[in-house]
Amino acid sequence: MAATSGSQGNGSAAPEAASLTPISLPNAGLTQFTLDEELAAYREMLLIRRFEEKAGQMYGMGLIGGFCHLYIGQEAVIVGMTRAIKPGDQTITGYRDHAHMLACGIPPKAVMAELTGRAHGISKGKGGSMHMFSREHRFYGGHGIVGAQVPLGTGLAFANRYNGNGNISFTYFGDGAANQGQVYESFNMAELWKLPVVYVIENNRYAMGTSVKRASAMTDFSKRGLSFNIPGEQVDGMDVRAVAAAATQAAQWCRDGNGPIILEMLTYRYRGHSMSDPAKYRTKEEVQKMRTESDPIEQVRERLLNTHQASEASLKDIDAEVRALIGEAADFATHDSEPDPAELYTDVWK
Amino acid sequence: MSVDILMPALSPTMEQGKLTKWLKKEGDSVRAGDVLAEIETDKATMEVEAVDEGTLAKIIVPEGTENVAVNSPIGVIIAEGESVNNVSVNAAALKAQMPGMPTAEAPPSLSTTSVVAPPEPVATDVATVKMTVREALRDAMAEEMRRDPSVFVMGEEVAEYQGAYKITQGLLEEFGEKRVVDTPITEHAFAGIGIGAAMAGLKPIVEFMTFNFAMQAIDQIINSAAKTHYMSGGQMECPIVFRGPNGAAARVAAQHSQDYAAWYSHVPGLKVVVPYSAADAKGLLKSAIRDPNPVIFLENEILYGHSFEVPEGDDVLVPIGVARIARPGKDVTLVSFGIGMTYTLQAADALAGEGIEAEVIDLRTIRPLDIETVLASVRKTGRCVTVEEGWPQSGVGSEISARLMERAFDYLDAPVLRITGRDVPMPYAANLEKLALPNVAEVVAAAKAVCYR
Repeated sequence: MAATSGSQGNGSAAPEAASLTPISLPNAGLTQFTLDEELAAYREMLLIRRFEEKAGQMYGMGLIGGFCHLYIGQEAVIVGMTRAIKPGDQTITGYRDHAHMLACGIPPKAVMAELTGRAHGISKGKGGSMHMFSREHRFYGGHGIVGAQVPLGTGLAFANRYNGNGNISFTYFGDGAANQGQVYESFNMAELWKLPVVYVIENNRYAMGTSVKRASAMTDFSKRGLSFNIPGEQVDGMDVRAVAAAATQAAQWCRDGNGPIILEMLTYRYRGHSMSDPAKYRTKEEVQKMRTESDPIEQVRERLLNTHQASEASLKDIDAEVRALIGEAADFATHDSEPDPAELYTDVWK
Repeated sequence: MSVDILMPALSPTMEQGKLTKWLKKEGDSVRAGDVLAEIETDKATMEVEAVDEGTLAKIIVPEGTENVAVNSPIGVIIAEGESVNNVSVNAAALKAQMPGMPTAEAPPSLSTTSVVAPPEPVATDVATVKMTVREALRDAMAEEMRRDPSVFVMGEEVAEYQGAYKITQGLLEEFGEKRVVDTPITEHAFAGIGIGAAMAGLKPIVEFMTFNFAMQAIDQIINSAAKTHYMSGGQMECPIVFRGPNGAAARVAAQHSQDYAAWYSHVPGLKVVVPYSAADAKGLLKSAIRDPNPVIFLENEILYGHSFEVPEGDDVLVPIGVARIARPGKDVTLVSFGIGMTYTLQAADALAGEGIEAEVIDLRTIRPLDIETVLASVRKTGRCVTVEEGWPQSGVGSEISARLMERAFDYLDAPVLRITGRDVPMPYAANLEKLALPNVAEVVAAAKAVCYR
């Protein structure tokens, strides 16, 4: 199966790129998690999934408007990546951003209240699902234009190098955005100036309803930096341990002053592109197969029970705690007031 | 048969330059392609090559001569065997070489050989120094870079080349490659990188070689720079300046001749500044660099070489959002900005000769628009003409016209008239280009029309 075969890595260059002498990194492989690490990953991924399920329900109830892009199925990517984050590092992504915010430590209440467009949403109700930010948590959006976050994330890395602060920028985008021109303009300058940026391509197999095979002449996104001499690695994005290992290695590459690196996360979204998705472009069986065979949360749960001998009861406690947190966030987001009409004209300029 | 060696133009907007050095002397034989002389402007240097073979019979303009007009003869080549004594210098061409004398090709409405703009009122107690807009912009950046280490400049050819239009001349030498960053030709992403760096706390000055190329980056400018402060509920800041030449230069045709003042002024979250004088260029650029918001700073290639009095000192700021009464008057209000001021001030002179005292307002900033200054003037004069090089539909003049109708309707004694560039892509042919741009005569005619004269 595609999602797991990616963990075998791609240490050697593709034949067609042989003359480019790419830098090849050893595959980061798997790092075994300790019990505490497994429990933390389980809880964070579960928090994202329950949050997104709740957001889906609230969308259906008319509490959330506009577009709403859920992350269900991809949880291992952001949770694994944040294992490598250090204080001062920045995170930036596109419009499928709820999970990235939660993983950066932003309270679920503030995110959910933004989805419902309320006064205490993280953007005071002015941004919505696709446009959320947190200076405090060094989360730089939340960007609605496909691919726009890539130059911006590269600019964050530019500032890190300028300031000599040793921080890195984690810049996330999808397989769809990976075909935008500005991505390659950014790759060029990032490598030219050796900017500390980890480009994380979340390949969830479909750009809206167009499969990778129907949209991309070269479907191995880890090689998309080859002509700029940026190394890349394909990672099993359904296994949080593989993601964490790759993230740690990539972050070190950047912190050592080697410039940018690309991680292609082979992942899968269970839900539609957005809430209004006709689901005609793939079969129910395909989705079901991924859910039953590769679910990122189930993988951790099985390891916790079988390898680490954690008790069902202890996992149930986590389930209950997460459920309560999400319930509280949903309740807050439902009953918080709408923004004051005077807010219409604030924040246009500083 | 003698051949004149003519002073060449280094760029479409060059009007005169310095003959730095002769590499051949009178009596030398030359072949086509030989370098005869070197010339320079404040922008660039160039070698003058022989286009024919023969003997350099006469040097008309000695080396070291400043302000040699383009197309004037600087020397004469004769064929082998011809006598030097037979050389006659084209009288008309010599006349064109004389400073201040308009050439036959110059638009009748504009004195193209004069690079000194009409004097502007400067407070008498302030010491000033005469400098070009180009120098003023450079000084503004240098002063702000000395003041704040988070200010840096990036763009195409800003460092080693010293700026495609020499605006960043000397900055690399003083501030080094960390703060004066040459980019590849990649507007979309370097605009985005600048915005990302601004969000992270730096203060980038992003130079577009011209604003025509910024269309590649307009998504980043509008969607990422202009909107993020609002979309983040005031959390994210974007203190960035996008600057570069805007509007028509000379003979560069449709894709390189476009005024973006109205385009960017449409967008909440952006500030849009369009200076005319060197003093305003300097003071406004300094304000733009210190501003915590994204600022679109629209310069003009033709104005770069114009000289003005500029207040001395490295801390003289001109506030964004404040128009300037460039010339007081009581009969009609003329509103313009940027290079439009050249037509407008000349028109005001001409009108004064006919007994009409025009009040000229230089908007200086298009967003936020200082409509109060315009309103106060129009309430006094009862008449208004707007002047801009941009297109008429949804232009800056349209906006002013609408606001006057809303807020000064009862004061108007005549409809507001707009003088704009023509509603066509900019043509290349010299005569058509001239027809596509505003001219002084039509500003005068419009002012007289609203005065019923």
